[in-house]
Amino acid sequence: MTDTMIDTKANVARSGAGRDALVVYGAELTSRLFLGTAQYPSPYVLERAVKAAGTEVVTVSVRREGAREKGGQRFWEMIAGLGVRVLPNTAGCRTVREAIATAEMARELFDTDWVKLEVIANDDTLQPDLFGLVEAAGILVREGFKVFPYTTEDLGAAERLLAAGCELLMPWGAPIGTGRGLANPYALRTLRNYFPGVPLVVDAGIGAPSHAAQAMEMGFDAVLLNTAVAKAGDPVAMAEAFGAAIRAGRTAFVAGMMEVRDMAAPSTPVAGTPFFDLK
Amino acid sequence: MDAVLEVVVNGERAKTRARTLAELLIELGYGEAKVATARNGDFIPFRKRDTVELSGGDTIEIVSPRQGG
Repeated sequence: MTDTMIDTKANVARSGAGRDALVVYGAELTSRLFLGTAQYPSPYVLERAVKAAGTEVVTVSVRREGAREKGGQRFWEMIAGLGVRVLPNTAGCRTVREAIATAEMARELFDTDWVKLEVIANDDTLQPDLFGLVEAAGILVREGFKVFPYTTEDLGAAERLLAAGCELLMPWGAPIGTGRGLANPYALRTLRNYFPGVPLVVDAGIGAPSHAAQAMEMGFDAVLLNTAVAKAGDPVAMAEAFGAAIRAGRTAFVAGMMEVRDMAAPSTPVAGTPFFDLK
Repeated sequence: MDAVLEVVVNGERAKTRARTLAELLIELGYGEAKVATARNGDFIPFRKRDTVELSGGDTIEIVSPRQGG
């Protein structure tokens, strides 16, 4: 039996009778596309992209605001009008202390205990600081947060995040904003197979709908992306493309994909092949 | 007359006569703006802003909702 088949069983069992909802922290989600809200040409395009993607979760952040700016208020009203769940991030935080305070400020502003926890180790790769991430996750869980940790494929860190009280993991596909797709499919597959029952959301590095479909075919539960849609020539059309790719990848995973072979195997019946005896 | 304190607000030095964080927000013109605050790296909840007394050299963060990935 292949790994893929084991995964499929686990996921079909979890999906329930006739429904294929993703449950995260008790919330039932139909869409498996989480969409970032940054870098769009305009708020109007963002609004239409969210609708075109069919997404039910959008990521947001907190940033310094001057007294005379009213950008925060306007942004909040627009997001609130979309009727989707917000997942505030701690983007840019480099220490546990910064991440905790940022999460707490976000909880007050957005009125949600969900937090996409980022503790960044390195400016060039924006890779997670796994040590700080585990520490911050434990503190935030004790404070009542529902933590969505942005992590790598590291199994040890994954186990510690789950032990700290995280109910799902968000491994990176590739460094944030690179659009390179799944940089380490082998490690991602290992993570998927090692935690068959844990919701896993591939976050960051997705550049094309095919990358997202690949993650879903591998059995990941959802994909979080931003730049690939926001920076597309037509973000609204690209949002729709990602929505379709993610649905296709998910359907393919649940359907159970064929086993990969090294040697060719004819698909047309061999028996009765004309001129067969002449070969 | 209240003493003038020098504090750092969102990374910039500022002089203030405010005694509390709530007074500082009013003095700076935030009014009813949708903001969250931290002092010296620690989150200060909305309900505690009028009891948190400022000291010279305090660093204050004032943030609002923003786009994010």
